[in-house]
Amino acid sequence: MTETARYRLLIVLLAILVTSLFVLSLTVGPADVSPWQGLAGLFAGDDSLIGLVMREIRLPRAILGLMIGATLGLSGAALQGYLRNPLAEPGLIGVSASASLGAVIAIYTGLSALLPLALPLMALGGALCAVLVVRLMAGADARPLSVILAGVAVSTFAGAMTSLALNLSPNPFAAMEIMFWMLGSLTDRSMTHVWLAAPFMVLGWLMLASLGRALDALTLGHETAASMGIDMKRVQRLAVIGTAASVGAATAVAGAIGFVGLVVPHLLRPLVGARPSRLLFASALGGAALLLAADILVRVVAPGRDLKLGVLTAVLGAPFFLVLVMRARRQMA
Amino acid sequence: MTSGWCRRYLVAGVLCTALPFGAWAGEAPRRVVSMNVCTDQMAMLVADKGQLHSVSYLATDGSTSALAAEANSYVVNHGLAEEIFLMKPDLVIAGTYTTRTTVDLLKRLGFAVEEFAPEASIAEVRANLQRMGKLLGRQQRADQLVAEMDAEIGRLKTIKVHDVDLALYYANGFTSGSGTLVADIVGIAGLENLADKLGISGTGQLPLEVLVLARPDLIAIDASSERGPALAKQNFAHPAFRAVTSQHQAVQLDSRYTICGGPFTLVAARILQQAAMKLDATQLDLGKR
Repeated sequence: MTETARYRLLIVLLAILVTSLFVLSLTVGPADVSPWQGLAGLFAGDDSLIGLVMREIRLPRAILGLMIGATLGLSGAALQGYLRNPLAEPGLIGVSASASLGAVIAIYTGLSALLPLALPLMALGGALCAVLVVRLMAGADARPLSVILAGVAVSTFAGAMTSLALNLSPNPFAAMEIMFWMLGSLTDRSMTHVWLAAPFMVLGWLMLASLGRALDALTLGHETAASMGIDMKRVQRLAVIGTAASVGAATAVAGAIGFVGLVVPHLLRPLVGARPSRLLFASALGGAALLLAADILVRVVAPGRDLKLGVLTAVLGAPFFLVLVMRARRQMA
Repeated sequence: MTSGWCRRYLVAGVLCTALPFGAWAGEAPRRVVSMNVCTDQMAMLVADKGQLHSVSYLATDGSTSALAAEANSYVVNHGLAEEIFLMKPDLVIAGTYTTRTTVDLLKRLGFAVEEFAPEASIAEVRANLQRMGKLLGRQQRADQLVAEMDAEIGRLKTIKVHDVDLALYYANGFTSGSGTLVADIVGIAGLENLADKLGISGTGQLPLEVLVLARPDLIAIDASSERGPALAKQNFAHPAFRAVTSQHQAVQLDSRYTICGGPFTLVAARILQQAAMKLDATQLDLGKR
């Protein structure tokens, strides 16, 4: 089988996986609704209670799972290609934590109550700051270690400021919500959240997806890429704003969810060959599948306990990260 | 390390100054400090004039305390050991779950500390009121409060209400099932608690979609806004919740009546009962459709 045929097969398989997980996500929930009943209620269009539950509670949850997963997978693949760093990922380099901080400031100052758009925009702003700081700290050669260290500093700082903002809030519930912003959850989201975040996520996807050819050229090094007619300034703009827009919007409605952007590109890279452009689309699908699966698991494993999504992705992602670090050390030795 | 020596020295010094203010056996305390929003309210109701010196800051917050206005006439504390120490109380009253480190330190310093567990039933409210009466040397006052409560409970129980399914739906989607004070209150009001039907005991989560499909006749929420925004009450703005409450009745039940046990808890029972009686036959049919 040629590499292209193998890539097409992979995409088809991933698409089937995402579709089935999406449907499965619609049929899983605390309420006692049979899958058939639920799916029928989704399309019935009447004002039955099951239809209400399906359309207003489960559908937005599944849509957000799909879109946020795709965002994290895609941005992970794009960042790894752009920074030429196998450990780059929105969570690890502090983009998610900074987006959380932006969202927290928007919500708890009351700004988002006056102007709903302030929520995704402030999260976007937070994410943008993080990408710029990490890009700046990493320098032109973008050494793996400096990128990760800058990311550690950014996410620790953003996390501390988020906790501070929530602790300063006079609202007695605010401090408990640190958990949501640090670990993420899709429980009882609504279509309002989908409409608020989706435009920014799609915009970010388009920007990141257009990076394919440039990322392929970048594997040969900055100078070769520039000599091939790749406009590095434009690439930087697209990568930075695309990541900030998509991850910022995703975090604004679901909190910071870690490790998806790390795990997915690494699992898929051997399957798509050494072409970053192919990895982008595959990682978007893979991220969607992983997050949908994680969100199904939190409902099945601990029903009625509102287990946070970030707990599951960390249980999966942290050992994975350690394996990557160990492999990198062996290569260096 | 000199900290062990230091501490011993400090404790010894502190004991010398603290002991003269310790409770005299057999005599009612004269300078009482309460550090928990629930004991605050009970002490305010039971204590003699001038006997209670300080209450916690939460007692003055109208969203957590039913006696917020009364609390303003007392010195406010934040449950900090240093602060309580300087007040030189002869009795400290605390909750069993809050300000643990302060309670431990105050005990080590030789202060008389009495701890109250949060009440999980009206029977426990009665018992705690009596105990507060005994501690403050105000048994008569406590007996009077208990008698008033019992009279009100008796009155509420004689009122016949239709068969009403009530869902308690708090911030973050929590509800109260059997073994909680609020469940007792629902029973006194003569209503059925949805949590019992769903097998939820204690305080647990009531997922929004379960609430929607359970079709309760009445939903009790506390949608009042606290100082400053938070996500906790987003569930009341969810389109699915709004669709349900446009068909079914929602009743505003301020959590200041239900957080702590006391005579004011029966206000919650009265609110629920009156809301249930306002439901007419068509609304009840809608619930059972």
